[in-house]
Amino acid sequence: MNYLPNILFVILLVLGIGYFSKNVQKLIRNIKLGHDVNVSDNKSQRWKNMAMIALGQSKMVRRPIAGFLHIVVYVGFIIINIEVLEIIIDGIFGTHRIGLSILPEVIYGFLIGSFEVLAVLVFIAVIIFWIRRNIIKLARFWKSEMTSWPKNDGNFILYFEMVLMTLFLVMNATDTHFQSINTGNIISQYIAPWFSGLSESALHTVERTAWWFHIIGILVFLNYLYFSKHLHILLAFPNTFYGKLTPKGQFNNLEAVTKEVKMMMDPNVDPFAAPAEGTENEMPAKFGASDVHDLNWVQLLNAYTCTECGRCTSECPANQTGKKLSPRKIMMDTRDRLEEVGKNIDANKGTFKEDGKQLLDNYITREELWACTSCNACVEACPVSIDPLSIIMDMRRYLVMEQSAAPTELNNMMTNIENNGAPWPFNQMDRLNWKND
Amino acid sequence: MSELLKVPTMAEFMAQGKQPEVLFWVGCAGSFDDRAKKITKAFVKLLNKAKVEFAVLGTEESCTGDPAKRAGNEFLFQMQAMTNIEVLNAYEVKKIVTACPHCFNTIKNEYPGLGGNYEVMHHTQFLKTLLDDGRLTVEGGEFKGKRITFHDPCYLGRANNVYEAPRDLIRKLEAELVEMKNCKQTGLCCGAGGAQMFKEPEKGNKDVNVERTEQALEVKPDIIAAGCPFCNTMMTDGVKAKEKEADVVIMDIAELIANAQDL
Ligand code: SF4
Ligand code: SF4
Repeated sequence: MNYLPNILFVILLVLGIGYFSKNVQKLIRNIKLGHDVNVSDNKSQRWKNMAMIALGQSKMVRRPIAGFLHIVVYVGFIIINIEVLEIIIDGIFGTHRIGLSILPEVIYGFLIGSFEVLAVLVFIAVIIFWIRRNIIKLARFWKSEMTSWPKNDGNFILYFEMVLMTLFLVMNATDTHFQSINTGNIISQYIAPWFSGLSESALHTVERTAWWFHIIGILVFLNYLYFSKHLHILLAFPNTFYGKLTPKGQFNNLEAVTKEVKMMMDPNVDPFAAPAEGTENEMPAKFGASDVHDLNWVQLLNAYTCTECGRCTSECPANQTGKKLSPRKIMMDTRDRLEEVGKNIDANKGTFKEDGKQLLDNYITREELWACTSCNACVEACPVSIDPLSIIMDMRRYLVMEQSAAPTELNNMMTNIENNGAPWPFNQMDRLNWKND
Repeated sequence: MSELLKVPTMAEFMAQGKQPEVLFWVGCAGSFDDRAKKITKAFVKLLNKAKVEFAVLGTEESCTGDPAKRAGNEFLFQMQAMTNIEVLNAYEVKKIVTACPHCFNTIKNEYPGLGGNYEVMHHTQFLKTLLDDGRLTVEGGEFKGKRITFHDPCYLGRANNVYEAPRDLIRKLEAELVEMKNCKQTGLCCGAGGAQMFKEPEKGNKDVNVERTEQALEVKPDIIAAGCPFCNTMMTDGVKAKEKEADVVIMDIAELIANAQDL
């Protein structure tokens, strides 16, 4: 017996999965560059959110057409991948359609039959997606942040799906044994005649080629994920799990600030006292975020999860009225910078070497940050529970508290609050005058 | 008419050794802005009418810190918050109502972490309980059959999931409630939030309030109802920019209810 295909197959499999896990480790390391945040509360609600939003796609269907098509591709993708299990077993042990020998013929036929139908549906959905992107040119796919790579990335994935689905159907259509038992070949029986002119051995070659390319395609796809917006098919699950549970309007109170404000307001605290034992070497906390490691790890997970669908941006009042701000760009910039930092760490044997760049200014401009109305439309729109607003807020905090770089009018507003307890220059003692107006 | 307004302060209640049923947090806009002061008064008239024992902090009230926080100044926010919480806790305040969604959101969500725990209601929610409990009755009056559209304030709607209370009140007026294409979860901001109220907008091709006003005008309303003093200003400016002041008015829900009663 010739073991060459089996060995080749195992090598491919190990390489494919090995490289993927290496990148997953990198991904986890990069996410952990963010500082810690407590998300251990309310597990039951978190599981529920994950089940509803990621598994159940509850937010996708808010846009019914895209939502429906996405569900077709998503369900199709997951179910058809059961077939991969058979391919892997066949590949390792040199069997052919192991399922046929362990499952009753009708059940096997039913399974493959449903895969075939789904494959066609996925194919159609993917074509419609492609038309929406490239022919109808839906505005949200043509915003300024959708430069060459993000735009190509979106299309590559669609081509990938088309090719994989085609290979799957061709593989079935040219499998003479499978066609002869005539169960489950719902779609492929109509494709088989296209190859009718071929000899038995030529058919076999086509079948084998399609089979090999199918599994190679899947392994390539798996490894493509890390470099693509398609990472969301994995990360949507943890991301919806760790998504915000508190009301959207609730912004976190910075603990480091609380400590200082309490000290300032407490008449019993001696401002000149020596710092308490063990705190001398503590770095003074940095307020807000100017780079990725000032964000928390959930925000960084958000960045890797972003599907670049642009639903956030299309709902954003600032973006709709021509301002530079785009919440999708905030997420894409965060991911790009995080990747840059990750590569820097790889290149410098595990430690980050100052590169004179940061997320603020080099990626996200102040003009974008100050255009946000904090309306939460982006957060509401995101189908995978991403919170672009929290990053905008953390960066504003840095600008104001570390750099005193707020726009002048805002500085005036804040001075008013400080001096007379209102954002306008009115005297606090006049606060009840309305009563007698 | 204003001499009829009864607006007791917490200090006065305290002096009599009494606790009011609820504290009315007026807010900066409600205290100082000419347009918003009318909303404040309309709401007080309703409270008086329903015989609600309420009090205000008066000169002891100070900005909640919302605009400072959204601008990024967490220091100033927490100073304001802690000062206010000290006052509120000293008066043993349990329940707060406010006509400003920003104050509502901040006190309800961001004060508890700093030691301020209160039951907080938006005035539309509070008015609804007054109606439900029969303490206040309302008939359509002058608004019967009028087309009214409600502009969801971001900090009431998306931020806190309050969508129905204001709408229930509009329905009580026997008015025709018409929804804009963007409403509730997808409501478009008026452009004032996140401290934008206090600065010029960034460069763009349109002002947010004009965009929102256009959406409102599309449904041809007689009245654009608001539930926030800042939205009120932004929408009023938007209607002016579209030169539609003669056809459409912007009114707070409290004003609608008060006017329907001829208060
Ligand atoms: S919160 Fe800011 S970024 Fe998000 S939609 Fe509103 S204005 Fe745009
Ligand atoms: S943040 Fe969410 S809504 Fe915005 S592009 Fe990414 S996935 Fe889409």
